[in-house]
Amino acid sequence: MENSAIIQINQLIKRFPMGKGEFTALKGINLNFGTGEFAGLIGPSGSGKTTLLNIIGSLDTPTKGEAVVLGKSISKLSAKESAKLRKESLGFIFQSYNLLQVHTVFENVEFPLLLLDYTTLERKKMVMDALEWVGLTDKVKSKPPQLSGGECQRVAIARAMVKKPSLVLADEPTANLDAANSHNILQTMLNLNRELKTTFIFATHDEKVIGYLKRKIFLKDGLVDQEEWMNQ
Amino acid sequence: MIRFLLKGLLRDKRRSLMPILIVAVGVSLSVFLHAYITGLMNDSIEMNAKLSFGHVKVVTKSFAENISQMPTDLALLETGALKEKLSQEFPDITWVERIQFGGLIDAPDENGETKSQGPALGIGVDLLSAPTGRGGEAERMGMAKSLVRGRLPEMKGEIVLSELFSQKLGVNPGDKITLIGSTMNGAMSYYNFILAGTLSFGVQVMDKGTIIADIEDVRLALDMEDAATEITGFFGSGYFSADLAADVKEKFLSNFPNPENDEYAPVMLSLKDQGSMGQFVDLSNTMGAIITFVFMLAMSLVLWNAGLLGGIRRYGEFGIRLAMGEEKNHVYRTLVYESVMIGIAGSVVGTTIGLFFAWLMQTYGLDLGDSMKGSSMMMPTIIRARITPVDFYIGFLPGIISTVIGAMLAGVGIYKRKTSQLFKELEA
Repeated sequence: MENSAIIQINQLIKRFPMGKGEFTALKGINLNFGTGEFAGLIGPSGSGKTTLLNIIGSLDTPTKGEAVVLGKSISKLSAKESAKLRKESLGFIFQSYNLLQVHTVFENVEFPLLLLDYTTLERKKMVMDALEWVGLTDKVKSKPPQLSGGECQRVAIARAMVKKPSLVLADEPTANLDAANSHNILQTMLNLNRELKTTFIFATHDEKVIGYLKRKIFLKDGLVDQEEWMNQ
Repeated sequence: MIRFLLKGLLRDKRRSLMPILIVAVGVSLSVFLHAYITGLMNDSIEMNAKLSFGHVKVVTKSFAENISQMPTDLALLETGALKEKLSQEFPDITWVERIQFGGLIDAPDENGETKSQGPALGIGVDLLSAPTGRGGEAERMGMAKSLVRGRLPEMKGEIVLSELFSQKLGVNPGDKITLIGSTMNGAMSYYNFILAGTLSFGVQVMDKGTIIADIEDVRLALDMEDAATEITGFFGSGYFSADLAADVKEKFLSNFPNPENDEYAPVMLSLKDQGSMGQFVDLSNTMGAIITFVFMLAMSLVLWNAGLLGGIRRYGEFGIRLAMGEEKNHVYRTLVYESVMIGIAGSVVGTTIGLFFAWLMQTYGLDLGDSMKGSSMMMPTIIRARITPVDFYIGFLPGIISTVIGAMLAGVGIYKRKTSQLFKELEA
């Protein structure tokens, strides 16, 4: 752990109804994450990494146990408080970018700021800064269909980073990208992690991503199987 | 945020164009149908008013009580002075004297013997005096348009019959016919007329046995000097207004006291007080509300489905917005805001289209003469729409309300979904 814990997960269990029974996705996870970590939840499909990421992101709630994110216990948050946590402190990056197709690059990156109390001028500066971090200042007026996959993911990173969140959760962010674009994206995220001290947590089984991680958490059947710390 | 939503709507044609088209079609139909029904009902009301009921009419109290029998012995007296007074009190209303009477028409053969006879419903109107003659009652009753054979009365002693009645009697223009009736004093009367022409109004009730003659001839025939069964009033706007009629009646009552024991005291009847016209006028007023409700219901169902389909297509967008920290109820509210924008846009387009077609229908009309032969109702043969101020905003009710209801119903499905479920669908 690099710094004080911003995420504390204790005996986390998550069950989903399945037919007449239940499927247990997480079977008692214990984990802590500190500020500025560049960590990954690694495992095959069904290992529980996306479920864990969703709970950390307050998109889902634990069945048992506790997940405290930035001092907030996820299971005790109301829908409004969850939304507030996401709005102010969390950023998301998805496998399929999930950009708003009819809006420009600028508008996509600006959207999270519309939910916060920034003036037009402040928003413009923050968006342009974020686009500069990812090297897309020349694509401000382009729309997602006019961009390559790598460019789309860089827009998604800018969108996740524009409000300078404490924590960014990235679910298979390079799954749709070729090797060159994947390395480019990961290097960008690594630079932002170093410069802004933002904590990045990935859910992945992509070797390219794993190579960049400072901390690797291997999940297997809903449990932490193994953990590795890299010195970079 | 509003600008963000507006941009999304304008750029995403599937999100805006289709719903706007649905709303526009529904609204244009609502507006057109409202104008059409208003026109149809009003034309029917006006036809009844012009031929028989007037917008308001003044009769004696006893005549009003026995109006279906058309008792000439209960007619108004000194109608010249009364009409003058009415014209002064109500200058915006055109007042005309009329005599409605019943009688028997006798058609003689070449020897002067009765060839045929038939009961007639007569109307005595001012057909000859200038300037009200041709430009007044004949035009008001559409006599020139209804002429089948011959011409309209141009001199004293001339009469017109309905074409069917003339055929039944076997008389032709130029023939002599005799009206057998009773004077207003109860004596038997005989009066000879020359048949000037025949009319067909296209409605059975008028074509069965109607005779129309100049009021002065009828006065002579029925011994009704300076008398008339009614003084009929027509509003300056040319259209019946129940509110105006009520106001006029109230003013009339204060100016013309109506003592209980005077059976010849003048009383005022509005069009709504006569026959089943009250129900007809009320029906015409509620028709707009019925049309609006039906279209609102139908469009809500269509837009609900359109909203559901649109919502499913936009799960990705909703998921990402929730992930960004937008609250569910905010997403729901923005859906409703969008629907208001779509509703307004669709209503503006629909109202414009609806008014255009209503204007065409109002200007050119639709001739249903052939299909209305034999109708027992007094209905105009050319159907015209009538654009009223209501038509400029009535479409906005179904347009906006149904879009909002549709969006709210569709949004409930999205609202009820758990965030994580929506998020999974977003990733799918």
